[in-house]
Amino acid sequence: MKDTPDQSHPADTAQTREAVIQVRGLRTAFGPQVVHENLDLDVWRGEVLGIVGGSGTGKSVLLRSIVGLIRPAAGNIRVLGTDVVNGPEADRRRVEKQWGVAFQDGALFSSLTVLQNVMAPMREHLRLSHGLMKGLGELKISLVGLPPLSCGKFPSELSGGMRKRAALARALALDPQIVFLDEPTAGLDPIGAAAYDDLIGELQNSLGLTVFMVTHDLDSLYAICNRVAVLAEKRVLVEGPVENMVEVDHPWVQEYFTGPRARAAKATD
Amino acid sequence: MATATVTIEHGKSDPVLRLGGHFVTEALAAIEDRFALFATDAKKVQVDLTEVQTLDTGGAWMIANLKARLQAEGVVLELVGCSAERLALINTVADALPTEVGIDAPPGGFLAWIEELGGKTVALFKAVLSFLNFTGLVLHRLSRTAVKPWRLRGISLVSQMQEVGLNAVPIIALMGFLIGIVLAFQGAAQLRQFGAEVFVVDLIAVSVLRELGILLTAIIVAGRSGSAFTASIGSMKVREEIDAMRTLGLDPVEVLVLPRVLALIVMLPILGLIANICALVGGALMSWIELGISPGMFMTRFVDNTDVWHLGVGMIKAPFFAFVISIVGCWQALQVGGSSESVGQRTTQSVVQSIFLVIVLDACFSVFFAEVGL
Repeated sequence: MKDTPDQSHPADTAQTREAVIQVRGLRTAFGPQVVHENLDLDVWRGEVLGIVGGSGTGKSVLLRSIVGLIRPAAGNIRVLGTDVVNGPEADRRRVEKQWGVAFQDGALFSSLTVLQNVMAPMREHLRLSHGLMKGLGELKISLVGLPPLSCGKFPSELSGGMRKRAALARALALDPQIVFLDEPTAGLDPIGAAAYDDLIGELQNSLGLTVFMVTHDLDSLYAICNRVAVLAEKRVLVEGPVENMVEVDHPWVQEYFTGPRARAAKATD
Repeated sequence: MATATVTIEHGKSDPVLRLGGHFVTEALAAIEDRFALFATDAKKVQVDLTEVQTLDTGGAWMIANLKARLQAEGVVLELVGCSAERLALINTVADALPTEVGIDAPPGGFLAWIEELGGKTVALFKAVLSFLNFTGLVLHRLSRTAVKPWRLRGISLVSQMQEVGLNAVPIIALMGFLIGIVLAFQGAAQLRQFGAEVFVVDLIAVSVLRELGILLTAIIVAGRSGSAFTASIGSMKVREEIDAMRTLGLDPVEVLVLPRVLALIVMLPILGLIANICALVGGALMSWIELGISPGMFMTRFVDNTDVWHLGVGMIKAPFFAFVISIVGCWQALQVGGSSESVGQRTTQSVVQSIFLVIVLDACFSVFFAEVGL
């Protein structure tokens, strides 16, 4: 990789950036209700992209479209160069191993323990010995800050915040290139949320992880997001570093990024 | 598929582990043993990462694990040719290495068996107590609703009546019709030996009206509606909707349980009656085809020879069966734990228990009616 002047924002330089996710002309609709219309978005390798927007602007829908849970009405989505909407099934399967998704409420399998949940994708996709999988599973659980005792617990025995962490551990199980996070810090205490942010930042640095994060947490946006994309009016209204957002002339963006909470988050940054 | 290589050099000085290739999770199986079996007498080991093309947490875990193991044996592990980012990753992983936690092994043998037996017995008594408690609660709410009928959820009641009653008519009717055919067919074969074919009418009338019509209807309803009660209320419990109701001052028993109980108490006798009629129609049809008993003759013999109490005995049981099925279904739903798996378990239990209790109750009724001479 070429040396860039600003190491903390490696994705900002046009020469070095490579789009790992490319969305073009996306249109999603549920019956008569159109959620996205002609939406374009690029996610560059190695960046943390924060997706913000008011309730019902289709942030989670966008995430679900990219990972293939919702079929778009029109448009094109390429992940790591593979067409995930119309491409062959075999290509899709290969790409699926390269991403991890952590859902909002964890979506852990309730009949499996936390450790078994983390081991589930390894069992499915890799040929490893049980001991190795167990060791790696315990490592991932420990990496996301869960105590070793939680390995044997069932999801219903965990608190909401712990479930989110366990979900991240499962998303990281295959050491993916891209991680999708849906509201990762919602419902966490501020200390836990800050630790989670640090963890994402650290993993992103050391693994070259690309993070696609739907979030409302202004602290996260300022702390770890290299870039922010604002969803409004059925498309990506603006995108760019969070610092630039205050200059955008749009009422919602103005209110979001210059409100009292935003000022507090910026002050602590 | 990515592969990783390990070359161990035992030179004159300290041993060197030269790692190469893709040191990633999917490649670890091949080199697991090399790492696990590595042992040395030296005081210092070098790990050379110069040739490593990619490194992920899995690979870093291998190295960190080795380092921790050697450290415990008093050997220092030195990383060579390791970029700052990789060092950071290995350090992150090393910090996160889980410390072994000893979990007490469960006791085995006879003692464990006794303990399990005791635990199950206590759980059974608790369950019976909780079921009786719930039955009492529902009866209390029922009587309160009788005094204050405006508290009844009318719309919910009607929609439940449609769901458990009207929508069940086709399957109940078909079931009754087929039972009538089976009885006529089997009865005819036996009675023909005595030349008493015409008694097949009495056979069908008595067995269907007293027992089979209502019992089989109750069993189908238990499988159809009892399970639906458990599944729907149970998933509400999982999503904390029941708790939300309580905090809003709504009584789950009044809002969810009563409409279901009442709907079933009203609809099960009607379904039983439909099953009876269909069974008689089926029986008459089969008698006509098989024995040449015309429908008119069937009708005359049925009206003349069948006491109306046969129907009464069957119908009296219906509301009790309905009560048992709905109470078991709703009670099981409220025992659901936090997971969706427990919804499935409780639904199974609900069906098994309600069918079992219906049959037990039917046996009690049989003894009772025999004693009072009906």
